[in-house]
Amino acid sequence: MRFLKTHRFLPLLTALSLFFSNAHAQAETPRQIIAKAVLLEDKSDDQVALLKTLDASTEVASLLTLWKEGGIFLFEKPDQSKVAIILESEKDAADKQKALLLETGLPILDGEGKPLHLLASDLTAAETDSTLRETMKAVLDLSGLSSPDRKARLQAVETLAMEQDFSRIPLLQKGLQKETDPSVQHAFREAIALAQLKEDSSETKISACRILGTMGSIRSRDILQSLSKDSDGPVQRAALEALQKIALHLQKVNTFGTLFRGLSLGSVLLVAALGLAVTFGLMGVINMAHGEMIAVGAYTTYVVQCVFGAGLQVSPFGIALNLPGIKATGWFYDCYFILAIPLSFLTAAFAGILLERTVIRFLYRRPLESLLATWGVSLVVQQLFRLTFGANNVQVSSPSWLSGSWTLSDVSFGWNRVFVITFAAAIVIGVFQLLGRTPLGLLIRAVMQNRSMAACMGVRTQRVNMFTFGLGSGLAGLAGAFLSQIGNVGPSLGQSYIVDAFMTVVVGGVGSLFGTILSAVGIGMTDQVLQQVLGNPVLGKILVLAAIILFLQWKPAGLFVTRSRSLES
Amino acid sequence: MNSNNRRELTAICILAAVMLGVMPALNAWIPEGQWLHVSNFTINVWGKYLAYGILAISVDLLWGFTGLLSLGQALFFSLGGYMLGMHLMLMIGKLGQYKSELPDFMVFLGHTFLPSFWQPFRSLAFAALMVVLVPAVIGKLFGYLAFRSRIKGVYFSILTQALTYGASLMFFRNDMLMGGNNGFTDFKTILGADIRSPGTQRALYIVTGLTLIAIYLGCRWLTRTKFGLIQRAIRDSETRVLFSGYAAANYKLFVFVVSAVIAAIGGALYVPQVGIINPSEMTPDKSLEAVVWVAVGGRGTLAGPVLGAVVVNALKSWATRAIPDLWLILLGGLFLLIVLFLPGGLVSLPNKLRELRSRLGKKSPDTTPTAVPNASAS
Repeated sequence: MRFLKTHRFLPLLTALSLFFSNAHAQAETPRQIIAKAVLLEDKSDDQVALLKTLDASTEVASLLTLWKEGGIFLFEKPDQSKVAIILESEKDAADKQKALLLETGLPILDGEGKPLHLLASDLTAAETDSTLRETMKAVLDLSGLSSPDRKARLQAVETLAMEQDFSRIPLLQKGLQKETDPSVQHAFREAIALAQLKEDSSETKISACRILGTMGSIRSRDILQSLSKDSDGPVQRAALEALQKIALHLQKVNTFGTLFRGLSLGSVLLVAALGLAVTFGLMGVINMAHGEMIAVGAYTTYVVQCVFGAGLQVSPFGIALNLPGIKATGWFYDCYFILAIPLSFLTAAFAGILLERTVIRFLYRRPLESLLATWGVSLVVQQLFRLTFGANNVQVSSPSWLSGSWTLSDVSFGWNRVFVITFAAAIVIGVFQLLGRTPLGLLIRAVMQNRSMAACMGVRTQRVNMFTFGLGSGLAGLAGAFLSQIGNVGPSLGQSYIVDAFMTVVVGGVGSLFGTILSAVGIGMTDQVLQQVLGNPVLGKILVLAAIILFLQWKPAGLFVTRSRSLES
Repeated sequence: MNSNNRRELTAICILAAVMLGVMPALNAWIPEGQWLHVSNFTINVWGKYLAYGILAISVDLLWGFTGLLSLGQALFFSLGGYMLGMHLMLMIGKLGQYKSELPDFMVFLGHTFLPSFWQPFRSLAFAALMVVLVPAVIGKLFGYLAFRSRIKGVYFSILTQALTYGASLMFFRNDMLMGGNNGFTDFKTILGADIRSPGTQRALYIVTGLTLIAIYLGCRWLTRTKFGLIQRAIRDSETRVLFSGYAAANYKLFVFVVSAVIAAIGGALYVPQVGIINPSEMTPDKSLEAVVWVAVGGRGTLAGPVLGAVVVNALKSWATRAIPDLWLILLGGLFLLIVLFLPGGLVSLPNKLRELRSRLGKKSPDTTPTAVPNASAS
């Protein structure tokens, strides 16, 4: 009965509650208010007014979201009065769900005192119109302020900051006091200062400008710019000062960002070139199919991913191959990449050994011809990829622990890029250990330094050649596993890296792994810095190529020269 | 030696008479439908092959005779094409899509007047001069830098590859004002004649053939002088040449510039016949493809590259239609096999066969191995 009454007098009540500074509404629980609003149905102005009285909380947020998504229903009681209800998520045998009264959250009882079960499709959902949804969004944004999730809080504060509504200042200050996370605290302060810019008192404005300036708030740049245009005197001066400080900060951020990107590009180059540094640098084989070894690694990653997912159907030459998938989900699916790394090394190493045995071992004395023959191989392999996996790029999704980024005072560090850098470092250390500390490494170094002398000492040079080439190709495969995380995987993947990889090795000095590292990082940095300065990636790339040609004028044999006594090396 | 010489020249004369006299005549005067008729398409395709032959000679002059594997020849080839293309673009006049005096792509990019470096290309003579001059200057500059610091062998290949790559990136850009991605196309007239008419195409074909013969004879002369001897000495052992007191770098630079110019001439003849030039012709891959022709035909000879260019491209024309999926596998595989098992290329095949026959104990009849096998007539 109480319901009926409320329903009838609601418009009046709403008006009253608004008049008396929502003293009345505060007496009611948020659930009650929302239930009231739902029952107002067509009178969206009143609904909006009611919703505006809500204080932000997680309960409100979840209920409003439910409403927006059509999860609140209108139920006609036997006595013809309407109530707002929600349904429990659990379904019984007849697909019916237990009905709860929105107002109290308690089950509705039928005539026999048992909880009522209803079918969702029989009910009418409470509707929303655009003004109502906007209000809901505003309330939800506010409620985000008290969300337990750090990211949600941060987002809510940032949304509020852009609104620049000074009536929200007390709310923000309250939030700031409760806040413990430093980055969210920072966002709160920024939002408060931004809102203060809209206040009338010029002193408040000036102090807000100062705060924003010291913070180096990049977000407020446009706002401060328009403020400096619209105002005069000390406010304008303060705004300009703040802008100057922000510009300085921005420059710093850009510099660090560029350095980071340069380092990560350098790592990519390094990973792509390291295998080449072994096959080309140590063995002197110009492997134009090195790029295809990278692609082998990338496609291996793709296949492993498919096996972890829904499986893979390929049909090279009309032969249908069907790989069943294990349909893993969640964290287990993300683990595919951990398995893909060693597998891509092994597949590419195997492909490399095959190539060495069938083609390259006949060409050790004819380096220029090894270039041509392996180019032929690369054409064949590319076409095989096209026939097997299609001419288009395939989709390799990053595991969740590689997506996302870490922001430190406005410089964003993408996880995948951080990963590339660490991984490159790990590979470099691994290769150095292998060459310097293991018996195989000793043999490799011996054969590369003086093949005939090593052979005289009883080293089986043929076999060492095979393993060295396998190592180089395997490293290319590792590079492929990685590049699949930061770029496209397609049949011509290798082609886009091969020129750069050769350049890196040549600049570093053929035969010197250390030189390769230095040149990779150097080229990566130069490229990114030039891009930043010129604001044009292609022009930057062209200049890097020109710079390399000029560099080789100065040091024709690269950074580190491997000395030898032979005349025609 | 002398009789061989005469034989070679006779073979060239006969081939030239057939290709440049009989074929165009059959195209012009035998009506369509008769079996002796040579179609316009055939003339056009062969014109393209011959232009490729010129490019192949330029590659071989460097690789086969001097031991420099340049992957920059595609750059010079397309530079030549671009230079003539600029003239042809201006000759379109108001016949273009936008009915403007400016080339279509400039109108599209919002330009209102012709940039000054385009102005002189209204004259064909100037364009022809640029076809020779621009690649020569770039070749001289790059070659000077490369040879001065004694970059050789594989390093030279990789460096020329980078040069080509950088240039193609540059030509892909719209603000180069060279047509960007799409390059130049839709040519209408050359010297006032409709560029697509059979008569013009025939004339272009004959001009290409005559140029090829001239270049062939020029290179034949060059490689038989003392200069050619040093050239081959550099190929075989550069250090010894240096120690004998020759400035190897100057010799190499000269050959590099000459072959850049030859490649550019090939490109300039190629473009009016195919009717398009864009930056994808400039990639290192295209250079490598030309190297394949030379390897297939036979490096270190002059007939080999032309033969290789014709054979590989005829194969390509056939395969891209008949077995498009397998064409690249065929090309790559062919190349691999030739490098591994027939380093002398197709021209060395008669000799190899003769060797094989004599090894089998039979006395070979005194066959006359012509330097220019007639396989190209297939």
